[in-house]
Amino acid sequence: MPKRRDIETILVIGSGPIVIGQAAEFDYAGTQACLALKEEGYKVILVNSNPATIMTDTEIADKVYMEPLTLEFVARIIRKERPDAILPTLGGQTGLNLAVELAKAGVLEECGVEILGTKLEAIEKAEDREQFRALMNELGEPVPESAIIHSLEEAYAFVEQIGYPVIVRPAFTLGGTGGGICTNEQELIDIVSTGLKMSPVHQCLLERSIAGYKEIEYEVMRDANDNAIVVCNMENIDPVGIHTGDSIVVAPSQTLSDREYQLLRNASLNIIRALGIEGGCNVQLALDPDSFRYYVIEVNPRVSRSSALASKATGYPIAKLAAKIAIGLTLDEMINPVTGKTYACFEPALDYVVTKIPRFPFDKFESANRRLGTQMKATGEVMAIGRTFEESLLKAVRSLEIGVHHLALKEADTATDDVIEKRIRKAGDERLFYIAEALRRGVTVDTLHEWSQIDRFFLHKIETIIEMETVLKNRPGDLDALRKAKALGFSDAAVAALWNKTERDIYALRRQEGIVPVYKMVDTCAAEFTSETPYYYSTYEEENESIVTETPSVIVLGSGPIRIGQGIEFDYATVHCVWAIKQAGYEAIIINNNPETVSTDFSTSDKLYFEPLTAEDVMHVIDLEKPVGVIVQFGGQTAINLAAELEARGVRLLGTTLEDLDRAEDRDKFEQALSELGIPKPAGKTAVSVEEAVAIAEEIGYPVLVRPSYVLGGRAMEIVYNREELLHYMEHAVRVNPQHPVLVDRYITGKEVEVDAISDGETVVIPGIMEHIERAGVHSGDSIAVYPPQTLSAEVIDQIADDTIRLARGLRIVGLLNIQFVVSGSDVYVLEVNPRSSRTVPFLSKITGVPMANLATKAILGAKLAEMGYETGVRPVRPGVYVKVPVFSFAKLRNVDISLGPEMKSTGEVIGKDVTFEKALYKGLVASGIHIQPHGAVLLTVADKDKEEAVELARRFADIGYQLLATNGTAETLKAAGIPVTVVNKIHSASPNILDVIRQGKAQVVINTLTKGKQPESDGFRIRREAVENGIPCLTSLDTARAMLQVLESMTFSTTAMTEGLVRS
Amino acid sequence: MKRQLILEDGSFFVGEAFGSLKDTTGEVVFNTGMTGYQEILTDPSYCGQIVTMTYPLIGNYGINRDDFEAIRPYVHGFIVKEACVKPSNWRGEMTLDDYLKEKDIPGLAGIDTRKLTRLIRQYGTLKGMICGLDVHPAEAAAHLRAMEWPRDQVRRVSTKSAYPSPGRGERVVLIDFGMKHGILRELNKRHCDVIVLPYNATVEEVLSWHPDGVMLSNGPGDPKDVPEAIDMIRGILGKVPLFGICLGHQLFALACGANTEKLKFGHRGSNHPVKDLRTGKVAITAQNHGYAVTHESLAGTRLEVTHVALNDGTVEGLRHLDFPAFTVQYHPEASPGPEDANPLFDEFLALIREFNKKGEVIHA
Repeated sequence: MPKRRDIETILVIGSGPIVIGQAAEFDYAGTQACLALKEEGYKVILVNSNPATIMTDTEIADKVYMEPLTLEFVARIIRKERPDAILPTLGGQTGLNLAVELAKAGVLEECGVEILGTKLEAIEKAEDREQFRALMNELGEPVPESAIIHSLEEAYAFVEQIGYPVIVRPAFTLGGTGGGICTNEQELIDIVSTGLKMSPVHQCLLERSIAGYKEIEYEVMRDANDNAIVVCNMENIDPVGIHTGDSIVVAPSQTLSDREYQLLRNASLNIIRALGIEGGCNVQLALDPDSFRYYVIEVNPRVSRSSALASKATGYPIAKLAAKIAIGLTLDEMINPVTGKTYACFEPALDYVVTKIPRFPFDKFESANRRLGTQMKATGEVMAIGRTFEESLLKAVRSLEIGVHHLALKEADTATDDVIEKRIRKAGDERLFYIAEALRRGVTVDTLHEWSQIDRFFLHKIETIIEMETVLKNRPGDLDALRKAKALGFSDAAVAALWNKTERDIYALRRQEGIVPVYKMVDTCAAEFTSETPYYYSTYEEENESIVTETPSVIVLGSGPIRIGQGIEFDYATVHCVWAIKQAGYEAIIINNNPETVSTDFSTSDKLYFEPLTAEDVMHVIDLEKPVGVIVQFGGQTAINLAAELEARGVRLLGTTLEDLDRAEDRDKFEQALSELGIPKPAGKTAVSVEEAVAIAEEIGYPVLVRPSYVLGGRAMEIVYNREELLHYMEHAVRVNPQHPVLVDRYITGKEVEVDAISDGETVVIPGIMEHIERAGVHSGDSIAVYPPQTLSAEVIDQIADDTIRLARGLRIVGLLNIQFVVSGSDVYVLEVNPRSSRTVPFLSKITGVPMANLATKAILGAKLAEMGYETGVRPVRPGVYVKVPVFSFAKLRNVDISLGPEMKSTGEVIGKDVTFEKALYKGLVASGIHIQPHGAVLLTVADKDKEEAVELARRFADIGYQLLATNGTAETLKAAGIPVTVVNKIHSASPNILDVIRQGKAQVVINTLTKGKQPESDGFRIRREAVENGIPCLTSLDTARAMLQVLESMTFSTTAMTEGLVRS
Repeated sequence: MKRQLILEDGSFFVGEAFGSLKDTTGEVVFNTGMTGYQEILTDPSYCGQIVTMTYPLIGNYGINRDDFEAIRPYVHGFIVKEACVKPSNWRGEMTLDDYLKEKDIPGLAGIDTRKLTRLIRQYGTLKGMICGLDVHPAEAAAHLRAMEWPRDQVRRVSTKSAYPSPGRGERVVLIDFGMKHGILRELNKRHCDVIVLPYNATVEEVLSWHPDGVMLSNGPGDPKDVPEAIDMIRGILGKVPLFGICLGHQLFALACGANTEKLKFGHRGSNHPVKDLRTGKVAITAQNHGYAVTHESLAGTRLEVTHVALNDGTVEGLRHLDFPAFTVQYHPEASPGPEDANPLFDEFLALIREFNKKGEVIHA
């Protein structure tokens, strides 16, 4: 069918900030979709609040709106732009929900906007539990039987029908508290009784438990002509019970016979046809490991994380084709972009194994509950491709960047047998490593299967890896064993550890013996047709398919999995770097392992190597490609960390030299550089022992900021106020020794300012300066940043600019640098310099119009900024005010303290832009998910050190008509200051206490600051968690509170009585 | 034990032997299906061929008692990247290695199957030999090039005598040219009263069963090697509704005056899109054919192309303009592969019923 001519303008809704469960995959999908629609000649309007995305680049859509993804703002855009249609299925759940809201509010009808892709009715059928069950029953597709019960008798009746095991989910309890799985009558009595008691409506949902079933996903597509295909099926190694986003997943399915495969394929196609979806759809199914019985678990009527994975796993660009289907094209008239010859209406055949492993944030959140279940906890994922399952698994493991290069984890190696069993029975993020260790200790596959319910197929494969370890151990130096180990995906580091050699020894031995990998193409068709897709993976076989061209090439290292501290911003910069390399006439080659990103779209670069980012894997590509050089500046700490090893192996790094990188990153060298340049920094030193740390702290005076050197996102960074706290920190938070020094710095209370600059060694361009709302001490990634600075004097700005220029030149930066300053009065101190692309590069590029990553890349490749029309200094300030507001995923991470500090906790960010600071901030806060209520109550409970400051804020809240609630201590202070306040009982007091107030929604904002030492930490913690779980904004910095207050004040009117006497006189 | 695959172009691949250790020769072809190796191994259409699976992990779910497509396999050799040693599936009864040993079929694992596939794609299907390392590749290649292929595969795989598979519905005579059990299963599922006849059944023999319809099965090799079947089809055309699959389709085309040709490397896999020219819809189909009906040869015949392969335009379905007969090049019985085309069996029955109705009118 030809594409539709009755529509011209299409509004695409993005997915907003990165949160757990919704990450970079939607930038990939959205970017593909926008480009596809433009390619077909439509005018594309995009709305997304996430500035760190490629899709919000002005080249991607005809018009880009970076506005909050709320009914209010998107309705405004629709009324203004009057698009003919809206495409909501590429912006994740956010996009879908928003489309439903717009439709329900009548906006779409009012403006004559058609929903493309999947009809509203289909969305509701898939999303609404009852409608979905009804549809499945109609289709004869089985869903787990369930019943709503109000008594134990009803529970008995249900179990009598379907038997054990059953899951109990009490209605309206937070995070399903009080529920569980019952396998016998006693458990049923216990769990149902508690469940009914805990449910405020005395009601539970009982459902057949399918825990332990195989979890299988099908990515399906359908067009308006009812052609429907399966792009990819995937099998979760972790059986049903663990969210698929948190599961290790392989593609294609490994343990399904053709009959099982077709059974589930038929079900999936049946469902997508019944829903009438035009585009992509994800169907999750559970298959009994011992029969043909299956259940439909869930259907996502849209492009999803799984479809991004399926696209990268097969090469088949789902989002791009889904967008084209939405405007009426059919699968059989579109060419498969991978082969360029065959049609899109076919089912990819893989000739390799793909493994995806999730990346969890537990390194940052040590207190978090690491148990995996139905609530997703991972922030990102890695993918690896191999010709054996073992190879694909081990490549994925070493892509994770969690300090392991093999199935070996220190904690698991030293754990007792009991702990190992526990860790395998109750799945956590490290279960894979415990399974490996159990096998090493001789636990059988059958036992492991019983503990984990993981299919024996996968356990046997892991066993093969462990057996290979033994072979290697027994045959040191044996080349045949080495060859076999490499084919099973062993890293040089793993072999080296078993052979008591160094990694480089093994590498050299292999090179000498010709044991090197070849590269195979991902071509969607298992080599049946010729393809020119430049998408490769390594494996140890005979034929190499990656042909090196005559064009000189440059390799860019990507940033790996999305994690807290290293998010989509780095992929943004990586993609721009790749584009700039192409513009400069080189062949741009990228190495990365994150399936969610735009950088791993094979159409982004000239050549894509989907590989782990380790020295060994990167060197293999370099050995083959012999590039002009490697760029490490854009891939975050991941790439920077590889710089030294690569240079040591003879690789030429482009841009800032290793020596200069080191001068910025190595504490002592950095200090020396600063003192040479005469730029002040807070006093501080490096300690290699506990005693030394204490001595330094006493010398410079408390409070001090302590952190390990070489860290990402302020990991394990803390402000300590006295010796006791310091000792506690040294003992618990870090392992200090000469290899792992700890930095001890004076903590200066002041304004934090952040600058990104581009330098070619001579010209230093400063696109803009950003001022943070929160004072120093809150990690820059968690602070609200404002452009242009609102409170800095011209002198301070000049000083910052001057310092930046001198630092860039002094550190001989070629490329990007990011500097954090603290401003105390008129004094400007440098906190840190990052000689690389930073988190703020996309934000600053977009608001200033300076293509930072592009310019930096060109400078790295030898161009002069002056020749490109740029001169040294701060660029003229752009009109308007822009704020960057962090977004957190605390609701999904139980037991995590939400208070802001030096350690980064946010997962994403949004932009707010408008003509005044207040309006911009309002938008930023709203876009970040905070509901701003013009009136209501604020609950204050602040630390002693903050009380004075809190009085001022409280008074202003009272002035705009907010009711004040406070716990005793805070209330006393407020009363003493003459501010009316209602006292709220402390946690352990009788009801209604502070938690009740929060739960019952009697406060619209909670302001809670951290008290060290005094008030039991758990109280504050519980208050903060309660706020998060009830969706009430909880501000832990008075600076954030003040900013929010400023917004509220600008929105409301204060009511002041007339002053007596004025009229009379 | 190390053994090798030698190809007629002189290239060779050294791998690990599994299954039988005897030497074997055959036409080396590749199949891109990611599941269904048991059905592929036992599909008689592979008679005389050495099959390479492009998916690297084969044997993962073992061999079960249910998924055979024939009583015994006729494939001459089986090549995989990795043959699973410890399969896992609730129906699995033995390993791939056990099965090939039992059936005396040589297997070769551990070779770069993608390299082999690319070679076949560029060169076309090649003659090959699985043998020990003592065989010299150049000599073996010369021998392979000189070798004449047997032309009696159909005779070898077809049933020797007629047998029934009773049902209470329409009487269907199924000519076994190397029939996959899936075809019989689909007919039985629809309650057909099936009589299976050998490939060389005559017109009289076929009609003597008073069939409501005749089904022409799949089978191995070149359709031109089975002239007796072509004659038989000509004889029954118009007398009884016909449905042909794969080799049956090619024989039908030849019987109606069209021609067939050998494809460079054929279509073998579970992901082949086929467009129905009447509805414009695409079905994903299972295919296994090395020959195809040529478009040009259809001019002047009373045949109409109903289906084409979306990717290379190959004729995938035909209909007779005057008589109740239609055929497809692909496998609506699937097993293995997608079941999108399964309704073709219903179409066949509908055709039978319509024909019978007309017949009644004539008789009346």
